[in-house]
Amino acid sequence: MRYAGKKLISVLATLLIVSFLVFLAFAVIPGDAAVSKLGTQATPERIAALRAEMGLDRPFFVRYGNWLLSALKGDFGKSYSYGESVSALIGQKLPITLALSVLSFLIMIVCAIPLGIYTAKHEGGALDRIIMVVNQVVMAVPPFFSGIMITYVFGLLLKWFQPGSFVSYTVNLGRFLHYLLFPAVAIALPKIAMTVKLLRSSLIQEAKKDYVRTAYSKGNRTNGVLYRHVLKNAMIPVITFLAMTFTDMIAGSVIMEQVFSVAGIGRLLISSISSRDYPVVEAVIVLLALIVVLVNLAADVLCRALDPRIRH
Amino acid sequence: MQKRKKGNAGFIAGCVITGMMLTLTVIGFFYTPYDPEAMSAADKLAGISPRHIMGCDNFGRDIFSRVLKGAQTTLIVAGGTVLIGTVFGVLIGAFTGYFGGIVDEALMRVMDALFAFPSLLLALVFVSLFNSGTYQVILALGIAFIPSFSRIVRSEYLRCRNLDYVKSARLAGASHLRIMFVHILPNIYTVLLSSIMIGFNNAVLAEAGLTYLGIGVQPPDASLGEMLSNAQTYLFSAPWYAFGPGITMVLLILGFSLMADGLKH
Repeated sequence: MRYAGKKLISVLATLLIVSFLVFLAFAVIPGDAAVSKLGTQATPERIAALRAEMGLDRPFFVRYGNWLLSALKGDFGKSYSYGESVSALIGQKLPITLALSVLSFLIMIVCAIPLGIYTAKHEGGALDRIIMVVNQVVMAVPPFFSGIMITYVFGLLLKWFQPGSFVSYTVNLGRFLHYLLFPAVAIALPKIAMTVKLLRSSLIQEAKKDYVRTAYSKGNRTNGVLYRHVLKNAMIPVITFLAMTFTDMIAGSVIMEQVFSVAGIGRLLISSISSRDYPVVEAVIVLLALIVVLVNLAADVLCRALDPRIRH
Repeated sequence: MQKRKKGNAGFIAGCVITGMMLTLTVIGFFYTPYDPEAMSAADKLAGISPRHIMGCDNFGRDIFSRVLKGAQTTLIVAGGTVLIGTVFGVLIGAFTGYFGGIVDEALMRVMDALFAFPSLLLALVFVSLFNSGTYQVILALGIAFIPSFSRIVRSEYLRCRNLDYVKSARLAGASHLRIMFVHILPNIYTVLLSSIMIGFNNAVLAEAGLTYLGIGVQPPDASLGEMLSNAQTYLFSAPWYAFGPGITMVLLILGFSLMADGLKH
């Protein structure tokens, strides 16, 4: 219980720090939102009027307090450029980005864990060596370059999908998932390589420990030892890594949405940054921070469940 | 024993690739086969040939010459980023790890909050604050990289501060600053060096990513990310436009990651 309380406080503190820093950052930068909305030709009176309407004339802490209070109620204000409420805007885009991230995460798990176990089991074998070399190269491919290559090979040469023909899940769920499959693979590729490498070395290290010898001497077979003893222990560093990977994948989807023109949170963020639409930028960043913090929390809880030693 | 040998082979391969790429980049400062800005209507989207080993872009500019220039920008940005990240990361990490206490606690909470963020997103925030452009990107990425460096350095100082050699240095009357930077720092250089190389790779990726998104390095500065983003438009008619800058980037990153791996062994 004390653990839960402590965790909750640290989660809230992190979110508070992030939201404060983001708000502060956008408050101190040169350039006035009212000016950029009206253009430099606007009269000073009109700018002053709009500033008052947007609340920009009030002191910083008052603005932050107001923003925080309404944010807690789920109201992040209105977008400067879309005119829509920020929450509605994010509500439309978030499922798309989450679907992309989750899909690439699933692809990664399905590929990486069997490969990691296989390479560790056959350490030094021919296939292991080939996989490790391929791994090293795949890790060095920038995600958007693999995205472009996937577009070229599967989109233009093999015609398995038509680049640029993204449809939202509200229109056609099947085609939505089919299209997302390709950016998801592009996001997953380097992460698969990293996870295989980590899982392999983690397994090999665990297998050298004394308890493994004990397990063998009690008459267990290789697979029994591997799956019931070694894998469980070797997964702990991997889970922490996977949590980080998932948050990385959300960041990765920001770029991949651009490569495959998928209309998700990432494209919203980029276009809002370019048009200096600060309410949207702030809300998206705080939201991403929330996701990051929650994923890390989930990993923490999972590690504690798997390893009683962490609990003490 | 065999493992050690394999690690060395990777390390040597990494050195060779990196050396080759760095040499090419340095040569690019003095000589490029063609003027990277010279346009030629006749060579528009020309394919790979002995005259143009990576082909030509949509303005008929020689891609190989532009890749050489782009690699320079990438290396300058990545180098600057790692420099900012390392200097501030070492300072923050050294003081917090060595002294500990309440300042350490507070700073590390802030760093944790920042570290929770993927560095690309952090850099996006900073770029939106500083605007785009080569120096702004260096600053933005540099700040975004400080948390990860300071965390690594801090944990090393935490590990070292009670070791015997530090205690004896203190007994011999060395000042804290001297212990931190003359005694401990040289002892953690392998950890620092490999994290610098990994940081370098992340910086190359982040710069290319930002530029690809159109909010990083701006034209007329050539950049690999910008070339790739242009190449995507002509992917069907001229796929080689993407190959040149893409493969260059892969080799750059591969070289450094092999070297970083080799250092750990």
